[in-house]
Amino acid sequence: MATSNQLKRVDFIFRNENDWEKILSSTLKRKPQELINELISSELKGRGGAGFPTGLKWKLTAESKEKEKYVICNADEGEPGTFKDREILSRVPYKVLTAMAICGYITGAKRGFIYLRGEYKFLLPELNKVIDEFDYYCQETNLDFKISIFMGSGAYICGEETALMESMEGKRGEPRNKPPFPTQAGFMGKPTVINNVETLVHTFTIFKYGAKKFYDLGVQYSRGTKLFSVSGDTPKPGIYELELGMSLQDFVYEFGDGDTKAVQVGGASGFLVPRKKFKDAAIGFKGKLTGISLPTGGSMMLFNSSRSMFNVLDNYLEFFREESCGQCTPCRVGCQQLLLGIKAVKRGEKPASYLDKLLRLTETMQYTAKCGLGQSVANSFSSIVENFREEMIY
Amino acid sequence: MSKKVSISINGFPVEISAGKTILEAAEEQGITIPTLCHHKDLCVAGNCRVCVVEVAGQNRLSAACATPCEEGMEILTNSLKVRNSRKQIIELLLAEHNADCTKCYRNGNCELQTLASEYKIMTQDFIELVPLKHVSIDSYSPSIIKDDSKCIRCQRCVRTCAGLQGVNALTVAHKGDKMKITTFFEKAMRDVVCTNCGQCVNHCPTGALVEKNYIEEVWEAIANPNKHVVVQTAPAVRVGLGEELGLKPGKSVTGKMVAALKRLGFDSVLDTDFTADLTIIEEGTELLTRLKKVLVDKDESVSLPMATSCSPGWIKYIEHMFPEHLKNLSTCKSPQQMFGALVKTYYANARNIKPEDIVSVSIMPCTAKKYEAFRPEMHDSGYRDVDYVLTTRELAILIKQAGLDFNKLEPAKYDRLMGESSGAAVIFGATGGVMEAALRTAYEIVTGREVPFENLNITPVRGSDGIREATIKIENPVEEWAFLDGVELKCAIAHGLINAKSVMESVRAGTADYHFIEFMACPGGCLGGGGQPIPTNPEIRQKRAEAIYAEDEGLPIRKSHENHEIKKLYKDFLKEPLGEVSHHLLHTKYTQRERY
Repeated sequence: MATSNQLKRVDFIFRNENDWEKILSSTLKRKPQELINELISSELKGRGGAGFPTGLKWKLTAESKEKEKYVICNADEGEPGTFKDREILSRVPYKVLTAMAICGYITGAKRGFIYLRGEYKFLLPELNKVIDEFDYYCQETNLDFKISIFMGSGAYICGEETALMESMEGKRGEPRNKPPFPTQAGFMGKPTVINNVETLVHTFTIFKYGAKKFYDLGVQYSRGTKLFSVSGDTPKPGIYELELGMSLQDFVYEFGDGDTKAVQVGGASGFLVPRKKFKDAAIGFKGKLTGISLPTGGSMMLFNSSRSMFNVLDNYLEFFREESCGQCTPCRVGCQQLLLGIKAVKRGEKPASYLDKLLRLTETMQYTAKCGLGQSVANSFSSIVENFREEMIY
Repeated sequence: MSKKVSISINGFPVEISAGKTILEAAEEQGITIPTLCHHKDLCVAGNCRVCVVEVAGQNRLSAACATPCEEGMEILTNSLKVRNSRKQIIELLLAEHNADCTKCYRNGNCELQTLASEYKIMTQDFIELVPLKHVSIDSYSPSIIKDDSKCIRCQRCVRTCAGLQGVNALTVAHKGDKMKITTFFEKAMRDVVCTNCGQCVNHCPTGALVEKNYIEEVWEAIANPNKHVVVQTAPAVRVGLGEELGLKPGKSVTGKMVAALKRLGFDSVLDTDFTADLTIIEEGTELLTRLKKVLVDKDESVSLPMATSCSPGWIKYIEHMFPEHLKNLSTCKSPQQMFGALVKTYYANARNIKPEDIVSVSIMPCTAKKYEAFRPEMHDSGYRDVDYVLTTRELAILIKQAGLDFNKLEPAKYDRLMGESSGAAVIFGATGGVMEAALRTAYEIVTGREVPFENLNITPVRGSDGIREATIKIENPVEEWAFLDGVELKCAIAHGLINAKSVMESVRAGTADYHFIEFMACPGGCLGGGGQPIPTNPEIRQKRAEAIYAEDEGLPIRKSHENHEIKKLYKDFLKEPLGEVSHHLLHTKYTQRERY
């Protein structure tokens, strides 16, 4: 077992310097193309979990000839075990607004929206105050960019970018077919940049300190830092900004309670890693040459030996059964079958081999579900069932 | 010449017009990719996922219906991965579906059943979900039964109700395992804005939405020796019925249908076309009277444009959505209800049968007609004017149950008194038909000459565009209608309620200067009605329309006012159009309804 602590704590995101006006005005003096290049060279990838290159997303939107464009900040933080965006919005909201305005400047969007999770309504008064202040600044400096908040209503699926836009358009929050992608036809059918709260704050960091400073952090394919929401069986739950690319072993060494049985990386839609695989697993985006790489929106849930993995999975599946939008067959019916299926196996009503049928089902869900929700149920299901099969049966 | 992209399907290179979906490309190549949520009448949903195909280089499968072809795509429609996934999706749908097929109204014409059969799903490993849920059957509506246990959530009905009809009676509620198709506040279909048009029934792939059938009631009436059972057949039925009985779309089967009805045991086989001609006389006169009141008498209480009132789906729609414009509706009852009112008065009298002994049955391409017959005001004969309304599909069931070999039947003729009709009446079944029929008669009344179109075919009002406009200039009218000299009669035609909606919005805004508008609730008019054979799509409706116009051209009489039995009806019974008897039996009033 490795004992050295290789976790590198960093402090960019919450560093409170009160210089957003300066950053904004100096950044807006630079050419959009130059800013895009800077962003691309930082290799920043989306921090909501999917990891799409942010610079490319902005570039695609900027290249569109459409007159009307939008910037949306996705603050529908709904992944179980994630609570970092809430912190960002309450502690450094102006960084988010500044980043949105810069994005608007680069892409040609004049309107920005923050899609705020329904449960975060308590953030509204403070957030509105900051937006008013920002608005005033924009008017004073003749910056044509207006930000407003759109309240979500509590559906997990509305964190999915196209479902979010449907919801904003007053429709039922159901994911759309892709293509077209939001950069081509997003909110109201117009080109739209939609970024996670944290991603936007990272762009602020990049425009402030330069891409190199960001790029030098982390590892290949996973540059920069990331906020982690640490919860579960840990003596120090909370939010931590760490460099990407650390091994899970090191993470557990730092945050575990000495009895860590498994870690769920990336929330209910992420992977469960059992103790024996800690040292092979690294936190970062796909493309790493060796070992298991675990992309994550930042949710890290630790489980110690007192936890039943059956109960953990049962809990996730209850969640998915309810939070699937219900639109596509594999996700709507699949989630119900998975939940009922593991219960039936546990009760002895179905043979243990039924778990294999369910594993094949998750494969089908991964291949055929319309959006990321249904596609990623396989992650937690297969990683729990494959690693803790006995707990599922007995 | 549109841009082409080069792709390969199952290893064979093909050139496809840019912008086509994988599904369309495969269809062009003669490869069928199974679908459930996809329908040619509707917008793309991509939610059932049975049409998934493999695109080389992608781990995930793509929904063929929703994925446009791109240059260089290598598509596999039948790889092992595709087959396994597709089969499992069908299994999932069956686990969620009340698959008691032998007890289902759609047994034998169900897309899920066909798919399960093609994929030979022989076992049910997944846990059946229907018994675990509180599933309801809504059978309160006189027209439509909604059985949620058979719903596969493809949302075709929702897209039909919203996109095709602009009604939004059906919608999606809840999410996840509780997601369902329902109505506002989950009320019964009877109690919401549902127009009973039945397009949801026509577009449902399974038995989740079906018409309320009155098959047993009709058999009972036929078997009752004390009852005189009269049947009427709507114009569009004769060009649809064949499809249910093994014929290709576009075959008119009028004579065989009449022969079949006689063999089923109906005491008198009569024609709704007869009252379609009657409608033209009444409605045409009403239009001319309204024009006179507006143009000459300057009577401000009279409203123009006048809107047709034959389509009961449209009537319920305007009652809910544009109640302030009910005065624009013609007061004429629909041909079905004119027929019903006459059968228990005029016909009963002439045949010396007590009206209470008459059972009046109608065969309609429509589910809304069931509701229409049910309306409380439709009792002007002193009895319920039309007792049972069967759809084209139900008639086919009667014929099959009776064991008739439809194709061997010798064509027969309608019975007399209310069985004669003109070509003008037949075309009621197609969008624009009522307009054309009305113009043929009204123009001749006003000018004394035939409409100035070759062979009486008023082609500007025909076609399949959702909204069409036509203008006819009136020149040299006869003395009685001299005030119409030089007037350009402006007409519009809308079919499909979404189109009716946009026309009505311009009427409401005061931007429409029409005199006369024909509205039909269903796409294509009655030939695309909610009671017509399933499937329906633009090509099938086109074929039915061609059959209707061919039938019109083949008839000796092409104008409603030349129908001898109509002349006799006025001479013996009604006396004059819009007269007192007409007013009592053939005209009706409308009800303001709420949206919620």
